[in-house]
Amino acid sequence: MPRAGDILSRAELQENFAELPPPLTDSEALVEAARCLYCFDAPCTRACPTEIDVPKFIRQILHRNEPGAARTILQSNIFGGSCARACPTEVLCEGACVDNTLLNSPVQIGRLQRHACDVARQANLRFFTPGPPTGRRVAIIGSGPAGLSCAHELRKAGHEVVVFEARGVAGGLNTLGIAAYKITTEFALTEVDLVQQVGVEIRRNSPQSGPQIQALLAGDEFDSVFLGIGLGRTRPLGIPGEDAAGVWEALDFIFQTHTGSYADCQVGQHVLVIGAGNTAADVATEAVRLGAEQVTLAYRRGDEAMPAYAYEYEYMKHDGVHFEWYAQPKRVVVADGKAVGVEFIATEPLEEGSRKAGLREVPGSEFTIEADMIVKALGQAPLLDLLKSLPDLKVDGDCIAVDPDSGATSIAGLFAGGDCISGGAEIVNAVQDGKVAAAGINRYLAGARGGSTNA
Amino acid sequence: MPDLSIEFCGVKAPNPFWLASAPPTNSAYQVRRAFDAGWGGVVWKTLGTEPIVNVSSRYGGLDHDGRKVVGLNNIELITDRTLEENLREIAEVKRDYPHHALWVSLMVESKRETWHEIVKQTEQTGADGIELNFGCPHGMSERGMGSAVGQVPDYTCMIVEWVKEVATTPVIVKLTPNVTDVRTIGRAAQQSGADALSLINTINSIIGVDLDTLAPKPAVAGQGSHGGYCGPAVKPIALNMVSELARDKDIKLPISGIGGIQAWQDAVEFMLLGAGSVQVCTAVMHYGFRIVEQLASGMENWMREKGYERVSDFVGLSTGRIHDWGDLNLNHKVVAEIDQAKCIHCGLCYIACEDGCHQSIAWDKQSVADYVKEHGEEAIAFHSGGHDVVPGAGADYVNLFTIKQDTCVGCNMCSLVCPVEDCITMKEVDTGKPPMSWREYQELLAAGKIAKIEPPKHV
Ligand SMILES: Cc1cc2nc3c(=O)[nH]c(=O)nc-3n(C[C@H](O)[C@H](O)[C@H](O)COP(=O)(O)OP(=O)(O)OC[C@H]3O[C@@H](n4cnc5c(N)ncnc54)[C@H](O)[C@@H]3O)c2cc1C
Ligand SMILES: Cc1cc2nc3c(=O)[nH]c(=O)nc-3n(C[C@H](O)[C@H](O)[C@H](O)COP(=O)(O)O)c2cc1C
Ligand code: SF4
Ligand code: SF4
Ligand code: SF4
Repeated sequence: MPRAGDILSRAELQENFAELPPPLTDSEALVEAARCLYCFDAPCTRACPTEIDVPKFIRQILHRNEPGAARTILQSNIFGGSCARACPTEVLCEGACVDNTLLNSPVQIGRLQRHACDVARQANLRFFTPGPPTGRRVAIIGSGPAGLSCAHELRKAGHEVVVFEARGVAGGLNTLGIAAYKITTEFALTEVDLVQQVGVEIRRNSPQSGPQIQALLAGDEFDSVFLGIGLGRTRPLGIPGEDAAGVWEALDFIFQTHTGSYADCQVGQHVLVIGAGNTAADVATEAVRLGAEQVTLAYRRGDEAMPAYAYEYEYMKHDGVHFEWYAQPKRVVVADGKAVGVEFIATEPLEEGSRKAGLREVPGSEFTIEADMIVKALGQAPLLDLLKSLPDLKVDGDCIAVDPDSGATSIAGLFAGGDCISGGAEIVNAVQDGKVAAAGINRYLAGARGGSTNA
Repeated sequence: MPDLSIEFCGVKAPNPFWLASAPPTNSAYQVRRAFDAGWGGVVWKTLGTEPIVNVSSRYGGLDHDGRKVVGLNNIELITDRTLEENLREIAEVKRDYPHHALWVSLMVESKRETWHEIVKQTEQTGADGIELNFGCPHGMSERGMGSAVGQVPDYTCMIVEWVKEVATTPVIVKLTPNVTDVRTIGRAAQQSGADALSLINTINSIIGVDLDTLAPKPAVAGQGSHGGYCGPAVKPIALNMVSELARDKDIKLPISGIGGIQAWQDAVEFMLLGAGSVQVCTAVMHYGFRIVEQLASGMENWMREKGYERVSDFVGLSTGRIHDWGDLNLNHKVVAEIDQAKCIHCGLCYIACEDGCHQSIAWDKQSVADYVKEHGEEAIAFHSGGHDVVPGAGADYVNLFTIKQDTCVGCNMCSLVCPVEDCITMKEVDTGKPPMSWREYQELLAAGKIAKIEPPKHV
């Protein structure tokens, strides 16, 4: 498998992975901020899962108070800088922006949010301090956005917080999984720092098994436990040959861009991506940026049913990705132990014009697409083994079942949030889940165990 | 094609757009460029006996939420060039531009001979007339000139009389707004023989304080002085003063309107309230002489639409509509109405009325599903990743605002803040009552012929 560094120069790779879209200049930010109408009960704020007060922070930028703006953002969402870069704003705040109706183009809320957070970060501003000690201790399993947002809130309320992280690096998919042209590894780690600054302890290389989690719950050291374990490996295709050399899991492909240099990333000459979700879109775009000669994305439905966002589709089109719609993979073609392509069969929707209609395979329509790198991008499977090892844990489908108002699971004292309760959503949802669970834990600690909390 | 030419105090000009006496009229170079660009007249930058010495820096701008220089303030004085040089240039320009109006602004110390001398010298240039600068509010006033004269009716009378003793061309008196009642000065000018009035000069002001250095703006070696304020933000003050003079029974002089004019609408408004010409300074300092093209084309189009052939057809048409408050009809009523098809759900009308006015807008939440059902595909901006993107929606609802017309007092506020053109309009309501002014109401009350009007019932 070729290395990106054998195809492209360091400078080219650096340019290919420059952040998209680029940051606003001070002048651009002022002009953009002036566009905001300062809506009342603003749709953008209501459309933000973490309820960032958008008109307020934009007005703070307009009045040259970027630190105040950053505080407004981070108060609601300590991952505000990441969300500014990686949120699908077009279906969240910016989709709700009334300027969509008035001017056919929303205020660029994401880029303004990034501007404010960048100013505060460059000035090394700290906004939050731990609350007065409550004597309570909470264990957090997983240091992704859900776990760290929960930890940050709990610390602000004065509880002691220890985060157990399986990996050697903290931040979860926010650090390792988001396309590097959206969030760089270095940037993601600055947000981990924000959480550590309030005195959250993160124990890296500390995977917790089911029994260990039960022990944490039962023992004296902790009063409550939050599960923010995210999801597991990429779902299998369920077709012959998918374990052959040359067949990659989407996450492994993406992780490379965060764990080493771009030059060391492996990339095929012809990369075939299977799936059409957000992950597939990231893989396809990144493969182009790493120097693949040709990238093809194959999906069993048409583009109208593609789970990736419209802007991701635009990125892919811009990058020259080829699309193979209505193509159902049947088997990986293997030669000399190596994958050399995938055989597909064409599909048809059973009902014209429906995005969710059943599909029918068209008999005799088999065809093969050759590729030296095949990336499976069907979304992640839940961490079933771990969930099963917690016997009293109620699971709803593949997700941990929780009370939506408190994040409480079926086990007393055990709370959960993030991808493990949603089956896979966005950073911003994980952050909100962490906040909701922190509030739930606060109430739990105040009530069930007595004593005072500052929630 | 409507005719923009005017005659003001017997002086003809191709259009009513003149440059006010200020930096844009400081030199022949600038005035020639201005005439070439299309300005109908200029008032030359104020001359004095001796060139003055200016400080640095001199100007400060008022910005508003992203818009630059909605107001401008300055601590600059009259011309910093010699009298001889200015007079020579004025003569040359007048020779080369015989059909443009060329006025010369003057300000000298309050001595009869000095005034006589400068008026004679000025008239030798062939200039069309003189404007007396009784308005400069800073620097010159400390030396007993400018607004120090224009704030005292007796001084105004005295100097206008001196000037009129020798002047053969028309004399405009330029008034300062820094007085309690501009009419007293206007009347004084008329009594002593002035041929016309122009206003406003700049308003006493401090434009701001630098929050890093704590020095006032504009700063001169870290110190400041009050200056003169002008630009778009002062227009309403100027309009009021122009209309006060225009509708004063005792004042019969032509008026040249000045203050904040930057768009054609501004110029038309001044003229509807009684100005026979208008003068511009800040807008040209901001954007250059080229803006006159928009002023002229805007006024022409408006005249065509309204059927006016000459500028004089509409000068003063709105003057008679300005009255004392006590003469307005208490029985006239309007209420706001929202065009729901145009509303973008920003909520600005609601919060303005709720917190600042009369709590007369109802706020309801409609579920996104119902909203989309009601408005169809129109409501959906686009689809992305399986989402229907509905602008204005969030947390599964869309805000709907409706006017409570039974309590709406018809203040206009909601319609002023609504960002959508013609979305909120004010509708007349038939009260079924005959017109009655406050004065008439007082009389009827005294005569016991009417019951007291009940206060509005709020909340
Ligand atoms: C390829 C890809 C691209 C994405 N792109 C975007 C995007 O552009 N924008 C966006 O908003 N979202 C994106 N997402 C989604 C986003 O990354 C997730 O929704 C978010 O990270 C979920 O946060 P989390 O805290 O629930 O889980 P994670 O971020 O997955 O974090 C879970 C953490 O728990 C740790 N852990 C798991 N089990 C244990 C255990 N037993 N003991 C200790 N630690 C454990 C893991 O190592 C991990 O660090 C993307 C996801 C993927 C996969
Ligand atoms: C920098 C500056 C200098 C000025 N100098 C004079 C002057 O010498 N004589 C004068 O009569 N008015 C002077 N003015 C006032 C203008 O002529 C005009 O009355 C005032 O600016 C209002 O008009 P505007 O809002 O269009 O600027 C000056 C204004 C400015 C901004
Ligand atoms: S909806 Fe748009 S205009 Fe309104 S407050 Fe939000 S960003 Fe500003
Ligand atoms: S006109 Fe005034 S009182 Fe009436 S609804 Fe609008 S803001 Fe409220
Ligand atoms: S201000 Fe105008 S657009 Fe905004 S909610 Fe009110 S009526 Fe609708």
